[in-house]
Amino acid sequence: MNPKEWAEKIVNGDIRAASRLMRDIDDRMPWVSDVLKELYPHTGRAYIIGVTGSPGVGKSTLVDCLIEDFRKKDQDVGVVVIDPTSPFTGGAILGDRIRMQRHSTDSGVFIRSLATRGSMGGLSRSTSDILRVMDAMGKDVILLETVGVGQDEVDVVNTAHTSMIVLIPGLGDDIQAIKAGILEIGDIFVINKCEREGAERMEREIMMMLELGARRKDGWEPKIVKTEAIKRKGIKDLMEAIEEHRAFREDPEHKRRFLRKALRIELLSNLKDQVSGRIMEALGDEEGLDTVVDEIIDGKVDLYSKSEEILKRVLC
Amino acid sequence: MAGKRKIRILVAKPGLDGHDRGAKIIARGFRDAGFEVIYTGLHQSPEQIVEAAIQEDVDVIGLSSLAGAHNHLFREVLRLLKERGAEDIPVFGGGIIPDEDIPKLKADGIREIFTPGTKVEDVVKWVEENIHPRG
Ligand code: B12
Ligand SMILES: Nc1nc2c(ncn2[C@@H]2O[C@H](COP(=O)(O)OP(=O)(O)OP(=O)(O)O)[C@@H](O)[C@H]2O)c(=O)[nH]1
Ligand SMILES: [Mg+2]
Repeated sequence: MNPKEWAEKIVNGDIRAASRLMRDIDDRMPWVSDVLKELYPHTGRAYIIGVTGSPGVGKSTLVDCLIEDFRKKDQDVGVVVIDPTSPFTGGAILGDRIRMQRHSTDSGVFIRSLATRGSMGGLSRSTSDILRVMDAMGKDVILLETVGVGQDEVDVVNTAHTSMIVLIPGLGDDIQAIKAGILEIGDIFVINKCEREGAERMEREIMMMLELGARRKDGWEPKIVKTEAIKRKGIKDLMEAIEEHRAFREDPEHKRRFLRKALRIELLSNLKDQVSGRIMEALGDEEGLDTVVDEIIDGKVDLYSKSEEILKRVLC
Repeated sequence: MAGKRKIRILVAKPGLDGHDRGAKIIARGFRDAGFEVIYTGLHQSPEQIVEAAIQEDVDVIGLSSLAGAHNHLFREVLRLLKERGAEDIPVFGGGIIPDEDIPKLKADGIREIFTPGTKVEDVVKWVEENIHPRG
């Protein structure tokens, strides 16, 4: 199938064509960039909502609730859920789907599970391209569930238009346990499992931390919402908070600031990928790399000169 | 730079069958073999299973049944795959399935059946030998 036909199929609603392209993106097949080029003019419409938080706090259950509410508003919904790849075996069990499987047969919902495949930051390397495919499929809203946040796992803020951080009461007792970095990236803080003791206290503590912290550059004052996702409590408040942030972001200046940051990161990472791909090609893949390394070990050439020489060869 | 395929498998429990130990053991075995396993949990309708398989672009569907409804449910999955133009996705399965049902299920298109006592390594080996992600 040529790239143009492939892209047309996706835009015209061929689910399998879309699903297969996502796989090829994830598996880094060389032909995907030609299809993505064709899809690009059809993207830029979808609103991306990131959901992040420690393991087990209820991210998937919340996503399930949000799917339901967006469907009630007649929105087409895409969902990307990410789970960690085992560093030992390279395999993964992708289980987020369990909580949202009831939407599986709704033709207005498309759910895709991804494994991190070694990438840090909470997302997979393929995530932004796969979001673009969903965008081109005509999804109005895309919910993006990441693997649990650590200090560095905040890529989602540069990918999602609205970022939610999900917390639960009683996790490590007080808010000090929550890494400071996380408080700076959330547009909305969700205290899920709020039926548990300590939810009010946690709310007050987050509020205090937010007040004490530096004001955000964009002027947004993060919202705090309490939910009990298994009983679908608080979801209406959460939807309202999302809408409010979305309206705030409509401002062209905010939009441009976000896009500039997001595209900078994406462009640079795309370039790095391409350059390292070409370097490996020029070296003759793993085997060639071994040969070069042996040359360095045997003292035939020093690492720095060799590195310069290879780079020159690739860039000319 | 040429990419590399990783096997993706859907492990699903069709119908009103609450026995999920076997399915979970198999799913873990697949993960340990380096596959990506999409586990959809209990009580799945054949429709849900087929849509999930398509959306996830899996290379194979593994069904688990211990409650006796395999004859109907496994065939229903095959029928729906065909209806959705996805009959190229192979289906195999396991669980409590009487010997006499196995050849009939295979004749209808179920690729293999593994019964209680099966070693996880043997299932992994079967997948590695029989399931080939597209080029
Ligand atoms: C443990 C068990 C339970 C547990 C289940 C716990 C759980 N979460 O799984 C509990 C107590 C809840 C339970 C309940 C019931 N059970 Co029960 N249960 C069993 C028992 C003793 C063992 C099953 C088991 O876990 N085996 C261990 C696992 C690892 O083996 P496995 O599942 O067979 O999986 C292996 C292979 O089959 C294969 N495999 C399985 N799935 C897949 C999938 C793929 C893709 C592949 C490749 C391979 C594969 O590989 C696995 C590894 O070797 C069996 C009897 C038995 N000896 O099998 C009865 C049995 C399955 N139960 C039975 C019944 C009737 C019931 C109940 C209806 C009892 C009742 N009246 O309340 C309820 C129904 C529950 C429900 N909602 O469905 C019957 C089913 C009869 C039938 N098929 O017609 C059995 C056979 C007992 C009997 N002889 O009557 N049960
Ligand atoms: N008590 C209570 N339990 C909840 C609530 N929301 C979700 N849960 C339960 O918490 C468990 C984890 O929920 P998930 O939605 O899978 O959590 P998650 O954050 O997606 O988990 P990972 O993806 O594994 O990190 C499940 O057993 C849910 O049923 C809630 O509001 N209250
Ligand atoms: Mg989850």
